Amino acid sequence: MINERAWAKGLHWVNNHMIPEGLRKELEARIKQADHPRECAVDVMYTVQKHYGYLSDEAVQEVASLLGMTPLEVDELATFYDFIYREPVGKFVIHLCDGVVCWMFGEESLMNYLCRKLGVKVGERSADGLFTVLPTACIGYCDYAPAMLVNGIPYGPLTPEKIDEILDQLRIEEPEPVIDR
Amino acid sequence: MKAMSEKVLFQNYHPDRPATFEEYCRSGGYVALSEVVKNRSPKELRQSVAESGLRGRGGAGYPAGRKWNAIREQSPFPRYILPNLDEMEPGTFKDRVLVNTDPHMVIEGTILAGFAVSAQKAVFFIRPSYELEAKLIEKELEVARKAGFLGKNILGSDFSFEIVVHRSGGRYICGEASAQVNAVEGKRAHPDKTAHMAENGLWEKPTIVNNVETLACVPHILRRGGAWFKSLARTKAGAGAKLYCVSGKVKRPGCYELPMGTPLSEIIEEQAGGLLPGSDFKAFLPGGASTALMPGKFFHIQMDFDSFTEVGHRLGTGAIVVFDHKTCLVAASLNLIEYFARESCGFCTPCREGLPFIKDILWRIENGEGKETFIPMLRDMANYMSHAYCAFAPGAASPLEGLLKYFEEEIREHISQRKCPFKEG
Repeated sequence: MINERAWAKGLHWVNNHMIPEGLRKELEARIKQADHPRECAVDVMYTVQKHYGYLSDEAVQEVASLLGMTPLEVDELATFYDFIYREPVGKFVIHLCDGVVCWMFGEESLMNYLCRKLGVKVGERSADGLFTVLPTACIGYCDYAPAMLVNGIPYGPLTPEKIDEILDQLRIEEPEPVIDR
Repeated sequence: MKAMSEKVLFQNYHPDRPATFEEYCRSGGYVALSEVVKNRSPKELRQSVAESGLRGRGGAGYPAGRKWNAIREQSPFPRYILPNLDEMEPGTFKDRVLVNTDPHMVIEGTILAGFAVSAQKAVFFIRPSYELEAKLIEKELEVARKAGFLGKNILGSDFSFEIVVHRSGGRYICGEASAQVNAVEGKRAHPDKTAHMAENGLWEKPTIVNNVETLACVPHILRRGGAWFKSLARTKAGAGAKLYCVSGKVKRPGCYELPMGTPLSEIIEEQAGGLLPGSDFKAFLPGGASTALMPGKFFHIQMDFDSFTEVGHRLGTGAIVVFDHKTCLVAASLNLIEYFARESCGFCTPCREGLPFIKDILWRIENGEGKETFIPMLRDMANYMSHAYCAFAPGAASPLEGLLKYFEEEIREHISQRKCPFKEG
């Protein structure tokens, strides 16, 4: 739904898809509690990202207005961080570690395996909307290499068979993402 | 040689769960805090830590006492502690294991650091990969608060202190103190060399950024004395116990607490169970991805700060990554440089432009397109990294410097054979 007044002003990215009142109130309360609104920037981005599924242009605007920042300032952060998604992602975001230890244990072939299995390229969303695979800086599970995070939950050491198991389980159980509160 | 070293940081280690608040208290936890807030001055506390010889465990090894003493009596308020749980150095996972072993040890250390510099608030900086740890800390902070160790007038004293958790969006450079300050302030996390942490850190106020392993040592130092802490080390110059990570081609990768200065060979063979079957030791990174690739001739080096300085290298985080004879070190260096090129914040030219350049050269060598002239070119580029704005780029060049210094022959084989000698066909 396009907001007509905004459209008339040329602000065609502002639409009526606003975050729900309850969530807005909750965020406003959280920001008010902080000593400085800006220190909540990443927290607010995570929460709004969870609501939209990713940090859309509208979401960047919303976050900016909540924090009293400009959309550009918010986007500067959003594009800087690995775990803020500026494009649509699957319900489960798979962060496959490509740190040097995981690389040593065959991360590259696992990445190919995952992409082939899900029928995606790196960063794409699978056709069922469930999965996105992203290469990620060392996730700190070198003692379980090769490892990955799925919505914040670590898995390792991985083999193609274990990956099959994990994907099958995710398809059935669909646990709540844990990265956002 | 000590037969069985005393466990300090891992005194309450359980393989499957964190120690509870009660377990931590039974092992002497919060005794130091209770004593300190009643009977000791911040200055005494700083002195104890300075005497213990405790050096920062985040990689740089800066003396903790000196860092704390940089905040002057007349410095403004409020003051902040940033317990650093960003741990994005590839190969390093000790802080994750530590927090999961004894969260209250880190919490007590943080409160004591706060007391030492008369700070009012701590902000735990936690990377997104450690969301489980962030939740654990939030839960245990509540427990500490209920017990009267956090909040207003701690244990009836006039010392009040708060700790909150800050979740990062995930970027390596956030581990750098001034970049971390920017990150908490909701700015893009570029390092800021004009900021002097002890004067104008977080919100322009005096700030101490300490690695969580460093903080976890503090309660023990205060309870048992600086001399005791210093004597834990295996080397004269070293101090304390250290959490060493071992990963790569070893039988039992993991995090092991040992006396500072334990020889590398002992850590690999006795703790990590030696190399995997069919693997021979070839090279190692002593402390994460921003330290040098070092060869077998250093197999018996003592793992402390000074032993590495003496041979022109750095201990870093003490996170040992082991490479075997079947692993191509040109490809490994390419992986490491790719990591740094991607993680560079892009603020200064040597780092932003230089790292992708090095990456390109290494890629060509690895893929059979190398030339003899590339070797001096790599050497020059590695040296140029010292012109970067912060320590990120020189750190990034460290593995490459090791490769050039100790494994030039392996680079030459790639060039002369016009392929990677480790690949089939």
